[in-house]
This record gives sequence, C-alpha cells and structure tokens, in this order.
Amino acid sequence: MSILVNKNSKIVCQGITGNQGSFHTTQCIEYGTNVVAGVTPGRGGEIHIGVPVFNTMREAVRETGADVSMIYVPAPFAADAILEAADSGVELIVCITEGIPVLDMVKVKSALRSYKTRLIGPNCPGIITPDECKIGIMPGFIHQKGKIGVVSRSGTLTYEAVYQTTQNGLGQSTCIGIGGDPVRGMNFIDCLELFEADPETAGVVMVGEIGGTDEEAAAEYIKSELSKPVVAYIAGVTAPPGKRMGHAGAIVAGGKGTAADKFKALDAAGVATVRSPAELGSKMQELLKR
Amino acid sequence: MNLHEYQSKRLFAEYGIPVPQGHPAATPAEAVSAAKKLGGELWVVKAQVHAGGRGKAGGVKLARSSDEVRRYAEDMLGKQLVTHQSGPEGLPVNVVYVEAGSDIDRELYLSMLVDRELSRVAFIASAAGGMDIEKVAEETPEQIFTVAISPDAGLQPYQARQLSFGLGLDKKQSRQFADLIARLYRLYQESDASLVEINPLIVTKAGDVVALDGKINIEDNALFRQPKLVELRDASQEDATERKAAQHDLNYVSLDGDIACMVNGAGLAMATMDLIKLHGGEPANFLDVGGGATSERVSAAFKLILSNENVRAILVNIFGGIVRCDLIAEGIISAVKEVGVSVPVVVRLEGTNVDKGRELLAASGLDIIAAKDLTDAAKKVVRASTK
Repeated sequence: MSILVNKNSKIVCQGITGNQGSFHTTQCIEYGTNVVAGVTPGRGGEIHIGVPVFNTMREAVRETGADVSMIYVPAPFAADAILEAADSGVELIVCITEGIPVLDMVKVKSALRSYKTRLIGPNCPGIITPDECKIGIMPGFIHQKGKIGVVSRSGTLTYEAVYQTTQNGLGQSTCIGIGGDPVRGMNFIDCLELFEADPETAGVVMVGEIGGTDEEAAAEYIKSELSKPVVAYIAGVTAPPGKRMGHAGAIVAGGKGTAADKFKALDAAGVATVRSPAELGSKMQELLKR
Repeated sequence: MNLHEYQSKRLFAEYGIPVPQGHPAATPAEAVSAAKKLGGELWVVKAQVHAGGRGKAGGVKLARSSDEVRRYAEDMLGKQLVTHQSGPEGLPVNVVYVEAGSDIDRELYLSMLVDRELSRVAFIASAAGGMDIEKVAEETPEQIFTVAISPDAGLQPYQARQLSFGLGLDKKQSRQFADLIARLYRLYQESDASLVEINPLIVTKAGDVVALDGKINIEDNALFRQPKLVELRDASQEDATERKAAQHDLNYVSLDGDIACMVNGAGLAMATMDLIKLHGGEPANFLDVGGGATSERVSAAFKLILSNENVRAILVNIFGGIVRCDLIAEGIISAVKEVGVSVPVVVRLEGTNVDKGRELLAASGLDIIAAKDLTDAAKKVVRASTK
C-alpha cells in the first residue's frame, strides 16, 4: 500500500515537449513510472521520448485512461493547464511549475472545489511511492520502499529526510512535496489523513517552514486524529521578518508564521519536534522502537 | 515589488479612488512649485521611501508656507531616512511628495491581501487608523473587521456593509466606502497586487472618505504580465546585493552574521542557517543557488557572498539529486580558484556521485574543509569562523 499513487497509476505529462518536461519525464520513465501520454497543444500525433502526444487533456485521458497528470507547463500558462487537467477527469494533478501568480491560484483553488480531483503543488518536487511510481523532480535513488510517510513544503530539505530514513533502514511508503507557494492544493492535514489510513505507513515525517499557519492547523489535527508517531521540523528559525526566503510562501508577515510559533504549536500537540533537520531520521527510529 | 506612495496614489486616482491632490518633486525648487500649483495654505511634504514609520522618523512634515516646503524638502532630499522598518542604514530619499493638506475628522485603516488560510483575497479594516495595525490586532482584536472575497461571486454588498458598520460610517460615507472598496478590489486583481494598504483612510471634516496614504506591493511572480508597473520599479530602494543576486537567478537575503552559506533549495538553505545558529554561529545570508548548481552560478554566488565584508567562513551545502556531485565539486573548485576565496570554505556534499565529488575536492589542493554530514558541516564552519 501507499497513498495516492502506485504501480498502477497511469501518468499523463502536460508540457512533455518542453525542456523540463522532457528531461524529468525521461527520468520518471527510467524509474519505472507508467507514463502513458503527453499533452502539448499543436503537437498531437507525435511520439516524444517514446510517449504519444495529444493536443488536449480530454483526448489524452480518453485514449489512454490516464488518471494522474504531471504538469511542467511554464508559469504563465500553468493555471489553465491545472484546470484543463481537472476538467479531463484525472484523479490527481501534480503541478511542479514554480512562479504561478498567486491570484491565478486563488481562482484555480476555488474552481477545483467543483471537482473531485486532488492537486499537489504548485512549486513542489512532486510525489513518489518508492519502487512503484515517481511523479516529479526528486532523485529516485535516495528512496527506499518502507514504512515512513514524508510530507514537506520544501524540495531538497525533503530529500534530507528521505535520505536519512533510507540510511537507517526505515524506508518510505510515500513522499509528498506539497510545495512552497502560499496558495496550493493539498495541505499537511490532507496528507496526514491519508497516511493515518494507510496500513503500510507506520510513522510520518513532516517538514514545515515559516509563513502561513498550516503547521499550526496540522498540529491541532495530529493531536485529535493521528494515532501514528509524527516527527516534525520547521525551517526558518533564523529568517528575518518581512523577507521572502526563496519560496513565495516562506515569509513571516504581520508577526504571523514564525518558526517559533509553529514549533510551539507542534510541541503543545505532543508532536516529536527536532531542532536540527539532521535528526529527523534518528528521531523517527527512536519513536518506532518504543 | 513595492510602489512608492505617490505611485500608489496615481494608480488609486486612475481607478477613481479619492486621494488628495499632490505632485512628486526631486528638488526643493520642484517642491515649491508643486505647492504653488496645488494652492491653499497647508501642505504635507512626504519622503518617498519603501518603508513604513516615516512620520515618527521625520519623513512627513506639515508646511504652512512655501519657505517651509522648501526647507523640509531640503532636509529630506538626498538623505537616508531611517525608520523602524528601513534597517539601520535607512533608505535614500530621492523624491518627496508634496500634497495638499487635509482636514481630518477620523482616521481609519484599510488593507487587502491574500488570506492564506482561505485562499481568497481579503479586506481588513479597523476604526483604529494611523496606528500600527499589528498592535491593534494583538491588543484589541475586536476592532479589526475582515471579509474574504469569493473569486467567483466577487465582492458582495453585505461585505461592504459589514466593514462600514464596523467602521462606524454614516450613510453617505458608507456609500462612498462601498464604491471605494469595489474599485480597490478591481485594482488589486488587475495589478496583481500582493498588498494594498491605506493607513490612514480618512473621513474629512466635510464627511468624505479619502485615501490619505497608499502602499501597494506587486507580486513578483506576476510581473511578466504587468509591464507598465515594472517601469515604476525604484532600484535605489532595494538591497544592492539582493538585486545583483536576482540578475543571476539566485535567491539571496542579507543577514547580520559572519558565516555565509550557499545551498541548493530554499528549504535546505533556511535549515542550513538554522543549523549554523544551533551550533553557536550566526548566518550572514540566505542563498539558494537552485537546482542547476553549475560552475557559472557557483562562481556568481561566491562573488556575492564575498561582497559582504563581515564574512569569516563559508558553508557550501549541496544535496545533489538530479545534479551530480562531481559536477558540483568541479564548479566549486573553479569558482574558488577564479574568485580567490580568502576565508575558510567548508563543503558538505551528498547525493549522486558523492564519492567522486569528495575525491575531486580533496585532490584540488585548495584549502577546502570537507564535512561528512549536516551536523559535522555546521560544527566545522562555526569553528573555522572563530579562528
């Protein structure tokens, strides 16, 4: 078991003929992901990196039965691509694209409420179920099939958590990068809910960062709903207020969204927090031994 | 990207939002002629900088004669204005805004931003205008009124009523206010704003609602479709190093410490700063070199880091995923040689081809301290910085 994606997932890549789309889709295919289609308007009928290309998402889904979309479409056109995916009936959309205007995402998020489709991202590394399905830009080789669910707002910092749980033999059930934008699809709580219900997930590593109050909301949720151990780290203790730290969403504004507040909320909820990201893996191992 | 007050007010005026008459001036003479053009006998001279708290810092002055207008403009122009938001060095005043004086009856607060929890654009209003709104929110949260707009349905009349009753406006003012926020909502969307703040929004003695101040921030991700607003950028108000970093597609933020760091990925970059602090050091910067840490980018990053004279050691922390560690090592070696780095450099590499990368660094003959993991790297760089 795993959550959201597995070896049966059929992937369509929107923006497959672009530089990023070509490169990362090739990597996904090499990992073993079942990429069944690509979509680039005007390039329908071509075969690109061994994958049939369609003009529209509806056509791609109708012809191939694709159920997950992976998006590498450039930021100015990405909101349109997400909504096209939702309209085509795929169950899951993974949007890797960075730099989508936030007001576009406000509209997208509102429109998605009328679909059952889930959205991961944007501005995220994607989702991976080790040995089964890699959708996104994460390096596949650091993962190992196992029992830890990983959910994170960051890319490379997620890789740290993954690598540590690979080295200590715990491995991962599924890893989700939910992205660094202020308005995004799935949130910590959505992922925690799925990990709680997944029999193969024994514990969850959660990596948050400054900005917003989603970690605080997650803390409340963990306290009341989660039976599995959670280890959490929040990046940005040293980040100055009012400055955007790389990610569009990583900013302490109006005194809200500090790492200190988030650590406090998580500690109060009984979550095992670590002050160093180097301790994520060892802390989880310790909790599971109890 | 931030707009100046005079630019924000020009945009307000374009959308039919009432603002006092005013003109920007780059010299004292221009300020005097601006006052003459405005007429009347009361003017406000306002320093144009990208920071709040100007009033308390002496950047907003009431003038009752053209001599006073000249004197205040002379005092401000060409100087650095230090406010509680500007940083210790302050920001250069290259323009003052000369505005007709207003008869103020009440001062209110109004702002707009994206409410992250609701994923909607929201209005925030308070009758406690002219004050630090964060303080109001903390001490008297019942004085803050918020409405969030559905992007499908748009701003509704009941939402305007909620705010205007909260602000204690009379019938005529409520009508003006409802009209003002409808225009503001349109401005916010069409300009891809990330923040609009009017503090204070005033009720004049004649009973009219007027925007006495104006602050607009435009979302950086949307600048590609806001060419007219991009022209309003004032680079003199931005951190020179951060601006240079942006030209190289690097994400850089200056900090006060003495240990520089260079990291791939924003989350890991923040975590690296935190680790330095955790092990007793102080980070000098946030720097994300991005996924493709090529030797060109690494060189540019080293140059940026070293332009900060406080730096006593550098920590390079790269998790090579798609990018191979041997390529990154080559980049670091050529950059260190090219730039002539004179402070200790601690390098922590992990990921694809990491052994090869470490071998290259060891064989380079350069004074590079290799670290085996995150904790080791943080400890080593803190030690190196205190030598």
